[in-house]
Amino acid sequence: MIIGEQKTLKEIMDNLSGHGSILVAGCRSCVAICLAGGEKEVGVLSEALRIHSDLEGLNWTVGEVTLERQCEKEWVREIAPLVAEVDCVLSLACGVGAQTVQELFPDTRVVPGLNTSNMGAPEEQGLWNEKCGGCGDCVLHLTGGVCPIARCAKSLLNGPCGGSQEGRCEVDPDTPCAWDQIYQSLKRLDRLKLMEDVIPPKSWIPSRSGGPRRIMREDALLTEDEKRAKEGLE
Amino acid sequence: MKAGSNIERLFDKGEFVVTGEIGPPMSSNPSSIQEHARHLKGFADAFNLTDNQTAIVRMSSLASSVICLQEGVEPIMQMTCRDRNRIAMQSDLLGASALGVRNLLCLSGDHQTFGNQAESKNVYDLDSIQQLMMLRRMRDESKVWGDTDIKEAPRVYLGAAANPFADPFEFRVTRLAKKVKAGADFIQTQAIFDMERFERYMKEARSRGLHEEVHIMAGVVPLKSLGAARYMKNKVSGMIVPDQLIDRMKGAEDPKEEGISICVEQIHHLLTIEGVHGVHIMPVAWEKKLPEIVERAGLLPRPVL
Repeated sequence: MIIGEQKTLKEIMDNLSGHGSILVAGCRSCVAICLAGGEKEVGVLSEALRIHSDLEGLNWTVGEVTLERQCEKEWVREIAPLVAEVDCVLSLACGVGAQTVQELFPDTRVVPGLNTSNMGAPEEQGLWNEKCGGCGDCVLHLTGGVCPIARCAKSLLNGPCGGSQEGRCEVDPDTPCAWDQIYQSLKRLDRLKLMEDVIPPKSWIPSRSGGPRRIMREDALLTEDEKRAKEGLE
Repeated sequence: MKAGSNIERLFDKGEFVVTGEIGPPMSSNPSSIQEHARHLKGFADAFNLTDNQTAIVRMSSLASSVICLQEGVEPIMQMTCRDRNRIAMQSDLLGASALGVRNLLCLSGDHQTFGNQAESKNVYDLDSIQQLMMLRRMRDESKVWGDTDIKEAPRVYLGAAANPFADPFEFRVTRLAKKVKAGADFIQTQAIFDMERFERYMKEARSRGLHEEVHIMAGVVPLKSLGAARYMKNKVSGMIVPDQLIDRMKGAEDPKEEGISICVEQIHHLLTIEGVHGVHIMPVAWEKKLPEIVERAGLLPRPVL
């Protein structure tokens, strides 16, 4: 899932400067799970904005809504009547959700309330770790199911660097060395031989090196007729 | 005097400056640079040494610049943001200055997917405007980015590129202004074929007073053939080649001669535009023609200071 965390209240207030009516829009998916932008956070932040407005005499009106998913147009369209009433949407979704809202409502300014951080997983209550670098060319079959692109500070592909000590990364002793974890995992899986293969330079084309990525499933695309029929049903 | 380079001194004297370009070889053999430098010496005031142009691996611009210096020719070292982060950029500037390179051109660089290393991971830690900010700070404030003092600051005259032909057109002069604000001492433009558009660009630049803050050099490329003209029109992004020029090349008995004539006419035209302080001639893989172009444009002899 996508992990994000809320911007500081001060930054959010600064970014809203000049607006009078604000819709705080949350998202019930990833950012709700990482306690950054779900229904509860929308309520707390909206209240904080109202108090700030009262204290500063700003006369803000602050509305609240939480979408099922802010990254999908079907869900986002539903808030059109609410967006029409405001001059700014404060999105508590990840960057994908915030951009989807802006695309659908191009004449209303969308301000991000979160910093989108990474693709990760909840480790334990209150702790989320990055797991995937989204490089578009998965190597987990070679690395014991541990991603060296996301989890090694140098994204190395041929084993731990000289800074690995007692299973810890040289960059931060609180971080496990990804390659130590890969080694232990391959040992458990009886595939340590993989550590002996030299992995050649990787292609970064499916990663960040060719502009925004696009995946298209020709078999799933709707024809123009089907699109019209679908709109009719909606 | 910021760096004391030849082109800086010429600009300061109000001379119309001429620069050329030498493409480093895809080889470790320095002879092609040495030959070009000997052949071209005296026909331009400095020469750009491109930095892995079109993202094809070539001899480094720093090494190529030093080879030029050894031949007594002033280099303008190009440095792209594609291949190096801020650590490498600052380190290369310190090294270049130590070796006597006195001009550096800051560039984003062609994307690696156009070259022979398409699978590489690009860097783009900084953009070309941030690069200018950082390198100027090293020179003028003796600081490495952050706040570390440099005992002996690099001496460098800083250049930047500008493309009046990319879109949105209305933003192009704003981007030029940002480069000036970030530290550009001189500007070399993308190859100009569409004079009308360039005139509009310069008019807007003048209305902002930019022609008095930075030395703008107009870029020209001699057309070698009809195919080259069509290629630049259709395949090179951010370049406009008017149909009238394509027609001229099409109808020419000797297309090479016609290409040179067009280039010379363009330089004559550029000389009349207020705020153009020089011309940057890019004879892509046709370096030997540079002396003829400069001579026919009436720009010889080059002033010696």
